[in-house]
Amino acid sequence: MAPKLPPHHPVEQSTSAVAGGNAAAHPEPPRGILRWLLTTNHKEIGSLYLIFSLIMFFIGGIFALVVRAELFQPGMSLIRPEFFNQMTTMHGLIMVFAAVMPAFTGLANWMIPLQIGAPDMALPRLNNFSFWLLPVAFILLLSTLLMPGGGPNFGWTFYAPLSTTYAPPSTTFFILSLHIAGISSILGAINIVATILNMRAPGMRMMDMPLFVWTWLITAFLLIAVMPVLAGVITMMLMDINFGTHFFNAAGGGDPVLFQHLFWFFGHPEVYIMILPAFGIVSAIIPTFARKPLFGYASMVYATASIAILSFLVWAHHMFVVGLPLAAELFFMYTTMLIAVPTGVKVFNWITTLFRGSISFEPPMLFALAFVVLFTIGGLSGVMLAIAPADFQYHDTYFVVAHFHYVLVPGAVFAIMAGVYYWLPKWTGHYPNVKLAQWHFWLSVVGVNLTFFPMHFSGLAGMPRRIPDYALQFADFNLVSSLGSFLFGASQLVFVAVVILCVRGGEKAPAKAWEGAVDLEWSVPSPAPLHTFETPPTFQRQQH
Amino acid sequence: MRTMFVWMAGCLIGLASLPAAIASGWNMPVGVTEISREIYSLHMIIFWICVAIGVVVFGVMFYSLFKFRHSRGAKSANFHENTTVEVIWTAVPLLILVGMAVPATATLKKMYDTSDAELDVMIVGQQFRWRYEYLGEDVAFTSSMSTPMAQVRGEEEKGEHYLLEVDNPLVLPINRKVRFLMTSDDVIHSWWVPDFAVKQDTIPGFINENWTRIDEPGIYRGQCAELCGMNHGFMPIVVHAMEEDDFDAWLVERREEAEQEAMGVDRDWEMDELMERGEGVYASVCASCHQDVGQGSPPVFPALAGNQQLLDDPAWHLDVIINGVSGAAMPAFRSTLNPVEIAAVTTWTRNAWGNDTGDVVQPAEVAEELAQ
Repeated sequence: MAPKLPPHHPVEQSTSAVAGGNAAAHPEPPRGILRWLLTTNHKEIGSLYLIFSLIMFFIGGIFALVVRAELFQPGMSLIRPEFFNQMTTMHGLIMVFAAVMPAFTGLANWMIPLQIGAPDMALPRLNNFSFWLLPVAFILLLSTLLMPGGGPNFGWTFYAPLSTTYAPPSTTFFILSLHIAGISSILGAINIVATILNMRAPGMRMMDMPLFVWTWLITAFLLIAVMPVLAGVITMMLMDINFGTHFFNAAGGGDPVLFQHLFWFFGHPEVYIMILPAFGIVSAIIPTFARKPLFGYASMVYATASIAILSFLVWAHHMFVVGLPLAAELFFMYTTMLIAVPTGVKVFNWITTLFRGSISFEPPMLFALAFVVLFTIGGLSGVMLAIAPADFQYHDTYFVVAHFHYVLVPGAVFAIMAGVYYWLPKWTGHYPNVKLAQWHFWLSVVGVNLTFFPMHFSGLAGMPRRIPDYALQFADFNLVSSLGSFLFGASQLVFVAVVILCVRGGEKAPAKAWEGAVDLEWSVPSPAPLHTFETPPTFQRQQH
Repeated sequence: MRTMFVWMAGCLIGLASLPAAIASGWNMPVGVTEISREIYSLHMIIFWICVAIGVVVFGVMFYSLFKFRHSRGAKSANFHENTTVEVIWTAVPLLILVGMAVPATATLKKMYDTSDAELDVMIVGQQFRWRYEYLGEDVAFTSSMSTPMAQVRGEEEKGEHYLLEVDNPLVLPINRKVRFLMTSDDVIHSWWVPDFAVKQDTIPGFINENWTRIDEPGIYRGQCAELCGMNHGFMPIVVHAMEEDDFDAWLVERREEAEQEAMGVDRDWEMDELMERGEGVYASVCASCHQDVGQGSPPVFPALAGNQQLLDDPAWHLDVIINGVSGAAMPAFRSTLNPVEIAAVTTWTRNAWGNDTGDVVQPAEVAEELAQ
């Protein structure tokens, strides 16, 4: 279901990185599948990323529904424990690496050049390569489910030695697929940094950039910093499994805890990689529909940068019960609590932007507002989890599962959906169907809360995460969670319907599709032609 | 403004009555140790602070959403950037966080003070059971889930303590400081009893420390908290906390049992005796991986029923049980099981489920192997 793209029209100027460069005509693109395989156009690649991530969102969602179906009632009724572990693992891996991250990269591809007035990404061929690595990586990863011994079954955090000495034979393929996905992320990030730093419209200073661009710039630096750490740690696993090293094997003098330090040094910034661009999207949508400038543009930029810097100093809060020395526990508890300050600044900024605005509730705004409320709930349970002594009770329970799903589902995923509803008129030239979008919104909000809110209670009451079967006192919570998850899963079909209908037709959108929208993307026609800003726009500085 | 305050007060009252209205099964247990009570109160204090923050933040937000609606003709203001406000909303959260960090630091320091313990218990995580050793007391045993798999599969009605019951509970005295030394034989597990607020990873190659002092006798249940493989959901913990005198008597009794068992090594055992004992050992120690009728879960956990190498080579079979398989999931049972148990389980696996070799392995032979 590829979106209908505007016909290709040759124009005078090239898409070369130098804005307003030499005047050579665009060659006619190939037709059919080759057009998509060979495209170097940021809009087409953006669409590819978004379609890919939507498909993966459904695959990862089906894995989650298998898990929830098994947990519907006590007893092993549908699947075996070893398959349950593969489902939880694959759900996490697919959602993190194949759904949320590529969705943000897709939005970045589409919107960053449009928001900074650039004709394309700085490195268009690299862009094509970054995308096409992803299907390779994840087809490989999914194929492990069919291998003898099954796919990865050690959780998305793949702690050694469960993921090395005790892992199924397919683990080597899992490592290869993560390597490929990691290369894709690094190349994508380099491209985004190069684009933002070099290709802004004349007159646009760094502090004039829309916040989505700012948050992505910072995210890209995080990616460049931590993906190599992930690559390192999985290479060490590869060596342990296949070449007789003992990095993580205690019997050979190795250190299983080293794995966790390395993993979370990657893993915690990774968490912010999945939320910073969401902040950027919400910071664009709330001022648009409150018809009032963002309260503190500069403080939002500084808060984002602070969160990114702090993200390198908090990794061991995932490891409060591994037996760290007291001094380390205290250090990581304090730094983790500190993150609440810049995060609070963001939430206060959004709310102050709403205050004395002129607020309307179009679909993107609904999702953005739900984001603010539900992300804040996830943030507050995050403050609770930061308290190291209390974490001895919370750690590895459903309380943690509730926390990170609140920041990732009604957090990152809702922000992505908000972004899609916000920019669909720009992509397709049509407004999404409001009635259907409202149905999608309300069903999703009810579903997501039914699914994840009871998990706070089951976790506090003592239910560990990643168990395929549970004691009888947790039965009611799990029943509600499972019903909620089926509702949430089903309501995403409405989302697909909205997107397909919007691509095909609907109310025509003008260039400036939303009354309160200000950024550069709203100065090009809707739908955005294949090539935009071939002569750089004159950037009008507005008040942020 | 008044409606907003009424609304906020209503929210507060509603939220305040929530914990009272709902059963204790919705919240963290208060527990039976000083530490668990401190953690509970820390948890509740921080919970209420978060609720208060939530009420204020969402209060302002929903007030704005109702009051400043475009459809009601609201005209937007154009104010932005206010240094005073921004300093306040940076400083106030910082102060609240410092207020949280002070009691948290105090509690954490207490949790890390493992000095002056009166009893040391070594806890060893194994796929998928716990081994407990009372250091210096010559008492050690393994503790496996005793819920029948038939209940898990839904063929029998589930009992009251479904999945939270074991064959040999850990027995501890009340009012004594017990230090736990925790490690693992294979992957990382995590030993967790919510009523003690003790959760600590057991990591191969590391010895972690934690401690508790239980105030009330009773039976306390917990579970492995770190994903440790296929049967992670089936390795519960049960602690039987006794009066101090009862505990001392229990310890003496267990020590005598162990001595008697040691004497049994020298005599010749009948096959029936060994088979009966072996069936129990198998169910407690082997079945979690190799499954209840020896069918295994290949490729990681091979089948034992009809395993050709096992049938052909009794010496290899015994060696695998005693020394494990390096680089694979099979642990060494050299120090986990005694010679009688090793002999019994070897005899059982060589004769059960159609493995009718007729071989009998005597405890004395095992003791000889172990001595080498």
